[in-house]
Amino acid sequence: MALLIDVASGVLIAAGCFFILVGAFGLVRMPDVYTRAHGTSIIDTVGAGFLLMGLMLQAGWSLVTLKLLFVLAISFFTLPVVAHALAQAALHENITPKLAEDRRTRALGKDAPTGTGDESGKA
Amino acid sequence: MMFAGAAAALLVAFALAALRAIKGPTVFDRALAGNTVGSLAILLLAVFGFLTGRPEFLDIALTYGLLNLIGTLAVLKFFRHGDLAYDADEGKEP
Repeated sequence: MALLIDVASGVLIAAGCFFILVGAFGLVRMPDVYTRAHGTSIIDTVGAGFLLMGLMLQAGWSLVTLKLLFVLAISFFTLPVVAHALAQAALHENITPKLAEDRRTRALGKDAPTGTGDESGKA
Repeated sequence: MMFAGAAAALLVAFALAALRAIKGPTVFDRALAGNTVGSLAILLLAVFGFLTGRPEFLDIALTYGLLNLIGTLAVLKFFRHGDLAYDADEGKEP
C-alpha cells in the first residue's frame, strides 16, 4: 500500500514537472503577449495541480495536506484573475493580437445591412 | 529523489521565465514573467519543504500566493495610470 502511494505520487509529480516545463517553454517560444499567457496558465493550473496533488499523497492525512489544499485553492482563484487583468491591460495599451485572419471585421461585414458584405468576403 | 527532480525542473522553468523577463519587448511580457516566477516560487517552496523534511515552508508558500496577486495588480495599475492612488470615480484627473 505504501509502495502504491509512492508510485502514484511519483507519477503525479512527474506529470506536474512535465506540464511546468511545457508552460515555461511556451512562455519563451510563443510569438506575442496573449499567447504567452497560455504558457503561464498551463503552469498555474495543470502543472501546480498535478505537483501539489503528488505532494498531498506524500503528506498523508495531516495539517500539511490542508495547507497544500489552501495553496492550490489560492492558485486556482488568484492567478486567472491576474492573467485576465494582464491581457486587459495589454489590450488597453493598444497591443494588437497576432491573428491569422481578423474575424472581428468579418463579423462586422456580415452584420452590416448593405454593401460591405462581399467586400469583407474578398478580404 | 523525486523531490530533487521536481526542484530541478522548477529551476529550469525559473531560468526560462527569467529569459522572457530579460527579452520581453513590452512591459506586459515582463509583468507576465514576474507573475510566472511568483507562481513557480510557491511550488518551489512547497517542494523544498518536502525535500528537507520540514513542511513548515508551506506557510511561506501561502504568503507568497497572496502577495503574488496584489503585487502584479499593483504593477499593472501603476503602469496604466502612473499613480497607485488613482481614483476611477474622479473622472480623468487623478
